[in-house]
Amino acid sequence: MATQHSRSAARLMMAPAVTLLLGWMLIPLSMTLFFSFRKYLPMRPDIAQEWVGFDNYVRFVTSSSFWPSIQATLIIVGGVLAITVVLGIALALLLSQEMWGRGIVRVLVIAPFFVMPTVTALLWKNMFMDPVNGFFAHILKAVGLTPIEFLSQHTLLSLIVIVAWQWLPFATLILLTATQSLDAEQLEAAEMDGAPWVSRFLWIMLPHLARAITVVILIQTIFLLGIFAEILVTTQGAFGSRTLTYLIYQRVLESQNVGLGSAGGVYAIILANIVAIFLMRIVGKNLDT
Amino acid sequence: MARAVTPRRKALNTFAAWLIGLIIFFPILWIFVLSFKTEGNAILPPLDVLRAPWTFESYGIVQDRSDYFKHFGNSVILAFGSTLLGLIIAVPAAWAMAFVPGKRTKDILMWMLSTKMLPAVGVLYPIYLMFIKLGLLDSRIGLVIVLMLINLPIIVWMLYTYFREIPGEILEAARMDGATLREEILYVLTPMALPGMASTVLLNVILAWNEAFWTLNLTAAKAAPLTAFIASYSSPEGLFYAKLSAASVMAIAPILIMGWFSQKQLVRGLTFGAVK
Repeated sequence: MATQHSRSAARLMMAPAVTLLLGWMLIPLSMTLFFSFRKYLPMRPDIAQEWVGFDNYVRFVTSSSFWPSIQATLIIVGGVLAITVVLGIALALLLSQEMWGRGIVRVLVIAPFFVMPTVTALLWKNMFMDPVNGFFAHILKAVGLTPIEFLSQHTLLSLIVIVAWQWLPFATLILLTATQSLDAEQLEAAEMDGAPWVSRFLWIMLPHLARAITVVILIQTIFLLGIFAEILVTTQGAFGSRTLTYLIYQRVLESQNVGLGSAGGVYAIILANIVAIFLMRIVGKNLDT
Repeated sequence: MARAVTPRRKALNTFAAWLIGLIIFFPILWIFVLSFKTEGNAILPPLDVLRAPWTFESYGIVQDRSDYFKHFGNSVILAFGSTLLGLIIAVPAAWAMAFVPGKRTKDILMWMLSTKMLPAVGVLYPIYLMFIKLGLLDSRIGLVIVLMLINLPIIVWMLYTYFREIPGEILEAARMDGATLREEILYVLTPMALPGMASTVLLNVILAWNEAFWTLNLTAAKAAPLTAFIASYSSPEGLFYAKLSAASVMAIAPILIMGWFSQKQLVRGLTFGAVK
């Protein structure tokens, strides 16, 4: 009787959250889906809205900017993942060692994560990568080299550095949490048996961190696929930095070709879902234990 | 894995860690330095910048010229408004899932998480259109709702994990003593869950403060928070290092301080319990 009562109460208490999220997901999603099958140019009232079937989907992938955008997306996401995971593991292992002032170092290392994306982008673009007055330009000039136009000549590399700086703290923090459950006795035993550092790392630490690394990769991929402010502020998609997200943004809001942009949006949703499925599996498994 | 190490090893660790820590932190430190210089001095080579006189001038100019505190106020309203609204909706839901778990609780939690994975750009136009139709474009209330919705899964999830750590027997005892559901939540659960709720608020304020997709695309002048205000400095004619630095320092300082307090919650909140 009491359970019956509390069950219906529980349902009632979950209702607002579930309803809101359901609406937040279904309404815009079905609108995007609807637009993606239509010719829809709000800025051109002379062109009638009409059904065009899969036209937008075909046109989106056959346009000359599609493959470059996929390439830029993969390079940025891949580059940032590689840097943050490798440096994140190194930093996590370093920070789990004995040292003086560990708390302060931790604070210094995670700080970039709390800097808002637009500040991060402007700070790197102007104060560091600017070819005239930037910090790097001054250093290069001081040693007699010509300053580099980072964002226009090494666009993707520069963006990778900026975004990796922003996300390295996240990777480090999660991997650091995972190193805390490392079995010290096992490591010590291996050390006493004469296992060199490399094999201790490869056979004890890395397997222990495997799941945390997977989680870092999956969560970061989902966020990195959607980076927007960093590109808007630095290059606005110029010099080959137009990622899939930015391309869709331009189609939808800048050129207001809503049908085409919505088809792109559906591709982005599918792409994110492929990554999400793997992440959800890990999270789901953990929920049972 | 704390182990006894030789002093030499410890000194080496300390040196390496501090060196790397300072390199990573340097860009933030540098805008802090630049913010206390005059515009003319801020573009000098680094050593000359350090030697130049220090001044508060830029902080004053930022406010006079650009109405800085209006944007700061907007950021505060958006971050705290969306978090509090989210909390009001999430507390009952998380309570129900943690203490009256049903067969589908896990599925609901997972589904909520999945809404977080939806790429924002995929629903940009529908939201934009709805904002125009409802007159919400460039309004604080519209953004409070959107930011609340994108963070709601995280809030529910975090509260759920905190609530689950509270032993159910205590709640049962309260119920036996005749406490109503409302009393149970208000007087028994809330005090015990307060630390967890505080962490949840902290992390979500940070996430909402730094959100830079919807705040950039759905605001113009009136409701623009600091993310959008700072982005307006990106135009080439606005290359003012000292003022930009001062504006940036003021925009990130409160969140940096809050962030340092929320290190541990960050892992819990952003990995959804997948890393412990």
